[in-house]
Amino acid sequence: MTALGKDLVGLEHLAPEQIRLILDTAEPFKEVSERPIKKVPALRGKTIVNLFFEASTRTRISFEFAEKRLSADTVNVAATGSSVSKGETLVDTAKNLEAMRIDMVVIRHGASGAAQFLGSRIRSNVINAGDGKHEHPTQALLDLLTIRDKHGKIEGLKVCLVGDILHSRVARSNIWGLTKLGAQVGVCGPRTLLPRGIEELGVTVFRRIEDAIAWADVLNVLRLQLERMEKGFIPSLREYYRVFGVTVERLERAPRDITIMHPGPMNRGVEIDSRVADGSHSVILDQVTNGVAVRMAVLYLLAGGRPELADAAKRGGGAE
Amino acid sequence: MTRPLLLAGGRVIDPSRGLDQTADVLLQDGKITAVGSNLGRPDGVEVRSVAGRVVAPGLVDIHVHLREPGNEDVETVATGARAAAAGGFTAICAMPNTDPVTDNQAAVGFVVRQGVRAGFARVHPIGAVSVGQRGEKLAEFGEMVGAGAVAVSDDGKPVYSSHLMRTALEYAHTFGIPVADHCEEPTLASGGVMHEGLVSSRLGLKGIPSAAEEIMVARDILLAELTGGHVHLCHMSTRGSVELIRRAKERGLAVSAEVTPHHFTLTDHACEEYDTHAKMNPPLREAGDVAALRSALKEGVIDCIASDHAPHAYDAKEAAFDDAPFGIVGLETAFGIAHTELVRGGVLSLPALIERMSTAPAKLFHLAGGTLAPGAPADVVVLDLDDEWTVAPERFFSKSRNSPFSGRRLTGRAVLTLVAGKPVHEGGSPAL
Repeated sequence: MTALGKDLVGLEHLAPEQIRLILDTAEPFKEVSERPIKKVPALRGKTIVNLFFEASTRTRISFEFAEKRLSADTVNVAATGSSVSKGETLVDTAKNLEAMRIDMVVIRHGASGAAQFLGSRIRSNVINAGDGKHEHPTQALLDLLTIRDKHGKIEGLKVCLVGDILHSRVARSNIWGLTKLGAQVGVCGPRTLLPRGIEELGVTVFRRIEDAIAWADVLNVLRLQLERMEKGFIPSLREYYRVFGVTVERLERAPRDITIMHPGPMNRGVEIDSRVADGSHSVILDQVTNGVAVRMAVLYLLAGGRPELADAAKRGGGAE
Repeated sequence: MTRPLLLAGGRVIDPSRGLDQTADVLLQDGKITAVGSNLGRPDGVEVRSVAGRVVAPGLVDIHVHLREPGNEDVETVATGARAAAAGGFTAICAMPNTDPVTDNQAAVGFVVRQGVRAGFARVHPIGAVSVGQRGEKLAEFGEMVGAGAVAVSDDGKPVYSSHLMRTALEYAHTFGIPVADHCEEPTLASGGVMHEGLVSSRLGLKGIPSAAEEIMVARDILLAELTGGHVHLCHMSTRGSVELIRRAKERGLAVSAEVTPHHFTLTDHACEEYDTHAKMNPPLREAGDVAALRSALKEGVIDCIASDHAPHAYDAKEAAFDDAPFGIVGLETAFGIAHTELVRGGVLSLPALIERMSTAPAKLFHLAGGTLAPGAPADVVVLDLDDEWTVAPERFFSKSRNSPFSGRRLTGRAVLTLVAGKPVHEGGSPAL
């Protein structure tokens, strides 16, 4: 068993030291992407399937870069156009892939629990790239790494997640990761988009964005999907922006500089003002850069790579 | 003609007459003919010693799904009635959400005939409230009752239209049958797959709030008051529902209610790990609800226990939580769970449990069983209360295996089930 266990399904069941291990392992891998030849042999000979049942651009590409920069062989399977669209079940798809002797599956699926379902039924390592409204662990890990880069620490920081917490797997993974590493976590959004019992997870609920801004060191602004308006959770995107939008005017009244994050893709002018997204306190593109390093770290560790050898691995040795 | 049978020396519990004593029970010509000591022994009588065992009226389950017609690969009337016999049930009421829906006299008659042909537990059909269970037009209650229906229900779905529910209660009154409602406000419950609470928030699964049930319970109580009809509330799951029923009963309204073994035993924590065997509708609630349901059973606010036996194929449950169907099988575990949790758990006395699983449900649906009074049908169960056993779904008589209780240790089960004096199940502990 690896330092992370067989699968990475979420951050809820990881220990703080395992989360720190991933972040620390990501550090040496950052440099790989800065080289002219962006490739190390750590996962040479490993076969990884990226099984995406939901559309994704950023996460899928980030995983694919991470895999390729570690020299793994990768195959992308999208649900449309594959046997999945012909009614094959999730478990049959996975078993067929495994019969081709693969080593890892990166799965994105619309149903909460899909990654765990798969992980408990196949021998390959499973990495959750987002399951329904449950977790998106690598997104939270790259958020943690970005916060640590910017502030030099995570413990004691006040991080507020803003927007649609109810439907957000990014929010859930962030809440677990941040609280485990000692940050204070706030959430702010309309009550219709906050899950029942959220306070019991140890987070502070802010009704007004102004209060959240007055409190926070970091705002992680979540994407508000148009569908939420269609389903009646909010009356209009226009009003959402007026009441909850993260704007320059609101940030100017903050008692301190606030780091601005967003997992993307952004709805400019809905949850976030363009001037904020592109402003000097935004680390939104750093998040994207860190995504590759964090995913390299997760792949490396799940493949059995020894954390203390990560630095050496990027120079030559394999994951064994 | 079967031989007369004397069940000798057991602890005889008959809640219908307040009886709990060591006695013999004589069964003859399909009826109970005598209960007492030193009974005369008719010619050719077969004597079975049941010393150390409990002799009780056969258990009655007023809420099961048998899937025939339509889904015979999952359960049939025969396999469901066989599972019932194994669970100590001598009578079961089959919900009409079959395919096609049991919404007319021919369909009701079919279920009756399949039950008779199988010859295990008695099978009493429940007819649909509305044609096709579509919630629009009343089904023909009169003809269905004539063919053998004992109640009407659109179970699986609520009767959403308050007007339809009102007319159903009024019309059912004509035939003296209850309207059994699946209480769920569909706009609140829509898309939900488990109880709405902290666990659903953590798992990222859409919740069904307790209020979705309670709104319909409150409405049904108001309509029972308006119409004077008998509303029976299926599978109650929340403490709020319990309070509403308590107040309705205090006011003397014709309201009755049932609870399932899983709702008074498990909580929403069973859904962790996305175990689809913990997916049912109504969903498993919280510890406070479980406690309220147990108290309600004890106090008689909830009248009876029903299994809501809901067989599903292995493949259907072998899916992501969102994609799996609601429901679990329950006929073969109901008594063991109820006895272990409620009697051994100190909530109910054994006679009270027998009352909630036999006498009370028989009375609610006007069925012949639920009593050992001389002249009553010889529908009898012999229970071994000391039999410790492990739930092993692969050994179920039901065609389906979808139980959240797999591997659970239980105490007490039926070792002999008799319908009209004829053994329909013998098993459990070593032969009597």
